[in-house]
Amino acid sequence: MYKANITVTLRSSILDPQGKASEHALSQLGFDSISQVRIGKYVEMDIVAESLGDAREIAESACAKLLANSVMEDYHITLNEVVAA
Amino acid sequence: MSVRFGIIVFPGSNCDHDAYHVVKHVFGQDARFIWHKETSVGDVDMIIVPGGFSYGDYLRSGAIARFSPIMKDVVRFASNGGLVLGICNGFQILCESGLLPGALMRNESLRFVCKNVFLRTENTASPFTSGLQQGAVLRMPVAHGEGNYFASDEVLDRIENEGRVAFRYCDESGQVTDEANPNGSLAGIAGLLNEGGNVLGMMPHPERCSEALLGRADGAPLFESVVEALQMSV
Repeated sequence: MYKANITVTLRSSILDPQGKASEHALSQLGFDSISQVRIGKYVEMDIVAESLGDAREIAESACAKLLANSVMEDYHITLNEVVAA
Repeated sequence: MSVRFGIIVFPGSNCDHDAYHVVKHVFGQDARFIWHKETSVGDVDMIIVPGGFSYGDYLRSGAIARFSPIMKDVVRFASNGGLVLGICNGFQILCESGLLPGALMRNESLRFVCKNVFLRTENTASPFTSGLQQGAVLRMPVAHGEGNYFASDEVLDRIENEGRVAFRYCDESGQVTDEANPNGSLAGIAGLLNEGGNVLGMMPHPERCSEALLGRADGAPLFESVVEALQMSV
């Protein structure tokens, strides 16, 4: 089994008002070194698959079909094998 | 003969009864609700995908509703040239389902916007807008948190070249300005037609302003237009 950690964010070419507002607040708190704040969604799931490659294919398909809207969003998938205890 | 309207009801739809009331009681047509779990729209002349918060807007507005069983038949109905009007959440669902291009993002202000806005009529060739004059300014309520229309440059060019913008946000005098745009929509787009002109998605609510009792009836010409178009085609 694999554990997928997926982040969905607005595409970099699209203004992210939540990120901008948070970046502004951080700057007011004195965090001068922080920039390019982007806010997105985090999804995690278990995937039963024969191999890491199969698990990736399933996760990619789930993102493309439902979890992200390719018109405005990008996704990033991280997969880790879960070994039964 | 009465036009038969089918109004799709998802868990979380909340403008379904408004739409029903307007077509049935204000315009005297036939109206029926269609539960989202049904697989056929049945014997209807036109479909309304109403506003609301289908599936609680979980994940993205319209993203889950678009996979409801009925949507396959709505897509089939539209592909055969059937008239489909998506209002507010209905517009979001039509974009997610691919019947309309682009997507509706979080309002630029990050706020839920609930107020009257002005719209400039940009296309009078569609069955939804044939009763309007080019450039006519309408006042209609909006109530949404995710109405910020977005599409790639390429898609936007195509929409504009094909004259598929039905309505743009404007001020009272009909000027399309940033100040008059309640959500940050690209090119002030408030209502958009598909390629065939038989699918219209719009964020403002014509069903909430179609009788004099509610102050103004600026939404009425949309319903009058489709009723006339459908009665002529029977």
